[in-house]
Amino acid sequence: MKWELVCGLEVHVEMNTRTKIFCGCTTEFGGAPNTHVCPVCTGQPGALPVLNRQVVENAMMTGLALGCDITRLTRFDRKNYFYPDLPKAYQISQLYAPICTKGGIEVTTEEGKKKFIRLHEIHMEEDAGKLVHDPWTESTLCDYNRCGVPLMEIVTEPDFRSAHEVIDFLTKLRSTLQFLGVSDCKMQEGSIRADLNISVRPAGGDKLGTRTEMKNMNSFKAIARAIDTEARRQIETLESGNKVVQETRRWDDNKDASFAMRSKENAQDYRYFPEPDLPPVYIDDAWLDKVRGSLPELADAKRVRYREQYRLTEHDIGILCQSARLCRLLEELVALGTEPKEAANWILSEVLRLCKEAGLDAGDLQLDAGRLAHIIELLTAGKLTRASARQALEAVFADDADVDAFIREKGLLVERDAGAVAAAVDQVLRDNPDAVKKFRTGNEKVYGFLTGQCMKLLRGKADPKDVNAALREALAQ
Amino acid sequence: MNYTQSTALEMARAIREGKVTSPELVQAAKARIEDVDGSIRAMTALDWEAAMRRAEEVQARIDRGEDMGRLAGVPMAIKDNICMRGLPAACGSKMLLEFNPPYDATAVDKLQGAGAVIVGHTNMDEFAMGSTTETSFHGATHNPWNLQKTPGGSSGGSAAAVAACELPCALGSDTGGSIRQPAAFCGVTGFKPTYGAVSRYGLIAYASSLDQIGPLARDAADCAAIYDIIHGKDVHDATTVDSVCGALDALDGGICGLRVGVPEEYFAKGLDEDVRARVLETAETLKGLGAQVENFSLGMVKYAVPAYYILACAEASSNLSRFDGIKYGYRADEAEDIVSLMSRSRTEGFGKEVRRRILLGTFVLSSGYYDAYYVKALKVKALIKQAFDAAFAKYDVILSPAAPTTALGIGQSLSDPLKMYLGDIYTVSVNLAGLPAVTFPCGFDRDGMPVGAQLIGPAHGDKTVLRAADAFQRATRFHKMTKGGAL
Repeated sequence: MKWELVCGLEVHVEMNTRTKIFCGCTTEFGGAPNTHVCPVCTGQPGALPVLNRQVVENAMMTGLALGCDITRLTRFDRKNYFYPDLPKAYQISQLYAPICTKGGIEVTTEEGKKKFIRLHEIHMEEDAGKLVHDPWTESTLCDYNRCGVPLMEIVTEPDFRSAHEVIDFLTKLRSTLQFLGVSDCKMQEGSIRADLNISVRPAGGDKLGTRTEMKNMNSFKAIARAIDTEARRQIETLESGNKVVQETRRWDDNKDASFAMRSKENAQDYRYFPEPDLPPVYIDDAWLDKVRGSLPELADAKRVRYREQYRLTEHDIGILCQSARLCRLLEELVALGTEPKEAANWILSEVLRLCKEAGLDAGDLQLDAGRLAHIIELLTAGKLTRASARQALEAVFADDADVDAFIREKGLLVERDAGAVAAAVDQVLRDNPDAVKKFRTGNEKVYGFLTGQCMKLLRGKADPKDVNAALREALAQ
Repeated sequence: MNYTQSTALEMARAIREGKVTSPELVQAAKARIEDVDGSIRAMTALDWEAAMRRAEEVQARIDRGEDMGRLAGVPMAIKDNICMRGLPAACGSKMLLEFNPPYDATAVDKLQGAGAVIVGHTNMDEFAMGSTTETSFHGATHNPWNLQKTPGGSSGGSAAAVAACELPCALGSDTGGSIRQPAAFCGVTGFKPTYGAVSRYGLIAYASSLDQIGPLARDAADCAAIYDIIHGKDVHDATTVDSVCGALDALDGGICGLRVGVPEEYFAKGLDEDVRARVLETAETLKGLGAQVENFSLGMVKYAVPAYYILACAEASSNLSRFDGIKYGYRADEAEDIVSLMSRSRTEGFGKEVRRRILLGTFVLSSGYYDAYYVKALKVKALIKQAFDAAFAKYDVILSPAAPTTALGIGQSLSDPLKMYLGDIYTVSVNLAGLPAVTFPCGFDRDGMPVGAQLIGPAHGDKTVLRAADAFQRATRFHKMTKGGAL
């Protein structure tokens, strides 16, 4: 029998607001345990939550960008369960009136077809703390720093039919969230995590099979592996005449396999009810219009603009538009007078190479656009050789070096001394009669060698164009 | 002169006039508490050293000519469920016996800012769940009018401390009558403000949508003075609203033309005859002061108690979940894993009534029962509010008994929780509708126990009910009859 995968996502996104969702504590990642806490986020008796408006606006922006309906009277509910990382023993979340419903994202299937993945809802909630096992004392310790960090949970309909679609969806979602500036979306720090609801059914069927929920994937690659592995496991289960058990499973990336965590019979009753400590949030037209007006340009609009205004190639646009940070760098360079094509080339070749070498995500790039623009300007004016320009960029990339000071210190500025160039060419021709002879008998390959010798004599400080011209002329004689 | 029987406003005036100092008043309170609290047991935590330091500070500022407000220098107490740094807030529970709040409640902050000297915590039913102050882990509080009787509850400690003239006033909290009923049973004045008028930040929650902090004092004027200090929108409590202020200045004794509604349902079967007589006499007194008194039918009355217990217990089951033995409070010894650590800590740390209400609340929120109980109770709550809205279209205030009886004997009601719950019949609707209400002494029953009347106002009619109660007190002396002597 031919089987079909049916998959839906629950994507948890940590927002990058400065403070937590219900108190004034910082949301900064890390920090010594229990230093980013207060009576509210540690659930002290008598403490009360107060909603951070920025969290609502971030959720509104996301909803607007994804074509959702914004719920005008949105409410919070309590999700009750006991766990040591949840100090109040309930999570303030949204069940009955989530802030966004509907909307969706268009993905491309393996066959290259466009397909619309529908969202069910987006809701706001607070994150829980972290448990740390201390093997030394054989005890488990609680770190509440993450308690109350604002989350958005983006829930899709079960519209995915392949891991490819899921990854394309997540890539586009992440890009949108980054362009909106509502989340850093760093998987390693857990600021975007996706849980999967996976089931299989006979291909083309319309009834949903029993699903399992998969947690604990910490990369897109792990998500793709988890989907394929779980679909195969379910198919094997069904084909051997057994039933799929509705359960939550935990993905183990090292073992490349998943393990059952809890089954439906042990499923928790969360006893949701409206959060009495927070009045409903009314989103009026004025507020909605204000947020709509503050939406930044998103990837799709940038693609069009980069094509029509900057005249970049589809290939370059494709790479640039995956990263809000790279787009910002490009636009800053262009604003500083760099020619768009040249700016794109520098980003895609040099900047990305440096990121890769440093093991740095492009999103974390700390490069000052003004410095790079200055380097490109010097290069274009013939005051730097391309090699020197690269060297200067490396210095800027590594420790934000001052470009002019660095060039001065290293003596990288091109010297326009026609006499020196002519003398160098003369000497190279004199010292390498064999190579000259080869060239004159038609071996073009030695030309590069001769240029290199000239540049070496000039200690790299001449404009290669000048050297080229002088060498060609001398060889032609 | 001995000021222990004075009102808070009288004490503050005497301080301002240089007749007495704040430290002297604190010393007098200390002497009185040491004298009588052994038999009353109203106080659970006291810090005289801190109180004296504070009193001296306030006195120094007053001596420098600083205007610190109308209650500056007055000693008072707060209920055991209101957080104040340096004072363990146990909520009358083994669970929180050693809990030292790391922050001050907004109401405490405001009182201290106005120069009040908070000397300690008062006893209460465990987590404010009860009507007798007998379920406290600290032991039962006794009624100063008759030590064999309960002071009512859950703010029984606050009511008894005021009634025994240990202190002129205290804060309590009222979820279903927990300020008003003990005030009535102890012959003092208790005021529950409009929901949202006073910040709940720092009040250890029982039922968040019903809880409200309020004063218990000798008279309505003291209640108004305290309300003026503690009310107001608070950045730490999203349910607070801008509320009316200047309650004390609004007490002009004039209630001529005040329209008073008397709901027939509140005088039906089950009401003690003496209580009925005293409250009806109260109506006559108000009439004599120029008010127009009229009987009417309120409706929805019999649904209030069940709806209240469903909603309050549902919220309580969630609010009290944080007491899990992990972060603070009681932790069971030698638990083998996390589940047994939590369940044993909770089983051992909570008393019987608290466990009963947590179980009830957990049940009504459970999947499959939520709509039948919780959602239906919410609808009842809305209908009760509507019934009051309709009444307040015709009346400025509603007059009723505070409770169907006077104070019960110690041990009398614990055996029959249902009977105890029915004792809340006149008070719970007020919380469900979020209204302001004041109870005040209006006479005595055949055994000499105080009877309390209740005046309920429309939302934000805080000033109106206080003005009416104050007018009654200007014309009567029941509130002046204190247990200030030997006990």
